[in-house]
Amino acid sequence: MPDSTSTSGTRHDEAVRALASVPRVPGAPKPDPILVVDGVKRSFGGLTAVDVQHVEIQRGAITALVGPNGAGKTTFFNLLTGFDTPDTGQWLFDGKDLAGMPAYKVARLGMIRTFQLTKALSKMTVIDNMRLGAKNQIGERMIPAILGLWKSQEVAVTEKADELLARFKLFEKRADFAGSLSGGQRKLLEMARALMTDPTMVMLDEPMAGVNPALTQSLLEHIKDLREQGMTVLFVEHDMDVVRDISDWVIVMAQGSVIAEGPPDEVMRDEAVITAYLGGHHDKALTASGVSYTEEASQ
Amino acid sequence: MDWSYILAVMVTSAFGLQAIVFGLAAIGINIQFGYTGLLNFGQAAFMAVGGYSVAVVVVEFGWSFWVGVPIGIIAAILLALLLGIPTLRLRADYLAIVTIAAAEIIRLILRSVTFKELFGGSDGRQAFADGFFALSPYPDDAAISIGPAVINDQQLWTYTVGWLLVALALLITWLLVRSPWGRVVKGIREDEDAVRSLGKNVFAYKMQALVLGGVFGALAGFITAIGAQNVNPDVFKTDATFFAYAILILGGAARVFGPLLGTIIFWAVFQGTDVFLREGIDAGLPIISLMDGTQAAVLRVMLVGLGIMLLMIYRPQGILGDRRELALDAR
Repeated sequence: MPDSTSTSGTRHDEAVRALASVPRVPGAPKPDPILVVDGVKRSFGGLTAVDVQHVEIQRGAITALVGPNGAGKTTFFNLLTGFDTPDTGQWLFDGKDLAGMPAYKVARLGMIRTFQLTKALSKMTVIDNMRLGAKNQIGERMIPAILGLWKSQEVAVTEKADELLARFKLFEKRADFAGSLSGGQRKLLEMARALMTDPTMVMLDEPMAGVNPALTQSLLEHIKDLREQGMTVLFVEHDMDVVRDISDWVIVMAQGSVIAEGPPDEVMRDEAVITAYLGGHHDKALTASGVSYTEEASQ
Repeated sequence: MDWSYILAVMVTSAFGLQAIVFGLAAIGINIQFGYTGLLNFGQAAFMAVGGYSVAVVVVEFGWSFWVGVPIGIIAAILLALLLGIPTLRLRADYLAIVTIAAAEIIRLILRSVTFKELFGGSDGRQAFADGFFALSPYPDDAAISIGPAVINDQQLWTYTVGWLLVALALLITWLLVRSPWGRVVKGIREDEDAVRSLGKNVFAYKMQALVLGGVFGALAGFITAIGAQNVNPDVFKTDATFFAYAILILGGAARVFGPLLGTIIFWAVFQGTDVFLREGIDAGLPIISLMDGTQAAVLRVMLVGLGIMLLMIYRPQGILGDRRELALDAR
């Protein structure tokens, strides 16, 4: 396990250096983008949930996707990973067009996601959850499964799963049902399971939600570890301390669009970002906004 | 009261034709519902497709019985594809609605006047299993008597093949559910998005489960057609599907041997209560003799309903099920 206890891992330095000259504007081009998104739009009825003109994600960096509730972060995640279909738009992952591709094919290409509400399969054991993640298992095809041609591959898969479980400190739990794990352990399991697929890009939807403080630090280290192993990480997070601690770059969404980009410290000072989080009228009397609500309602 | 007669009926029912037929149907549902979480409420349609295939092929086209068997299996596969393609991408309840409706549509087509030439309307089709019995290794005078019940050579051959098919279906189930294939479908049962996010083609797995379970349903159809020497649309009513579900839940869903245990107990008890009530009426037992035979026949169906309710309340995992798997639902 590489030493990644400090923020200044080698890959971190590389990412910071590569991103240093990137202009701090929404949709800024990156020196080595792994994901390039163009004109992705999704509306539910009259509500435009996501309308992203252009955004690029730097390869090998940890990018945070932040924004107030309802900004469209999770919808954007769903669109990128094929769990939802946009009205328009295209996006290239490692040069491959993912538009219209079903979620399982996106995952096979190496873009793996986790979920805001953890999807550990609670009625399966921890080790079975892990084994499920492994790619290209011959025993997952019906005829070879019946003929029992999967035994030797299963040994290799289990070995790999055990290594990951040890790394994520879940090895002692390997025979337990995943449902018996705590919220934080489930997050760890979900992340470890995602790693079974050997992803190139990991998309984490609120990895810290529902995790007790004792596990937060360990989870953060694991995310940094992904970068040290050469993976690209894009994650949604609300906790600004977490964002500041681990991300190399921050993309801010509000009302479906990207409104700001930049390194964490700079972004958090951005006027547009503060406005998006706290509202534009925070210096005016409360009655002023009360009037505007009634105006909206009367329309 | 002739207790030895009641006992003999229970034993012959436990291992008789119905036990085989509904055992096979329940094994199919176990793959679909038990392991993959697909609510197929149209298993009766798969049984009908199997039964009618062998009957129509022989009676109408004059082909060999053994041509009917692959035709029945292919028809069941096509039916599964037909039902699955539009519904398996949707939420699970849609499959339930579509399958129960499709099963009724198929039954009504089979009994319709329009297709009477082909399917025989409400009379169904008879006398088509000679090709099956021709292969029987048992001598014509072979017979087994269990108390007052006698099993003749034809029944013996039907039961032999039937239980071999049950064994084969159980073996395939066992091999599949312990394999990585089984792991994927169990994952789908719990949360298909999680499985999808790991790069598995969820739709394809659901379709495979639906097809395999449907083929087991068709095997059940073959056996019921052979055993009764008759196919009749009203054998394949929705009741048939729910009997199979009752058997599966009784024995334990998502357990390889759940349907086997379920079908043996179900038919022993179901037919046992029937003769018990009839014997009780004849013997003038108190309360029971207030009914007549027709009422007794209805009462036992009510008792099945009551039994399923009690089972769902007090032992939802069935006889062989694992309580832990169910208790873990709540966080």
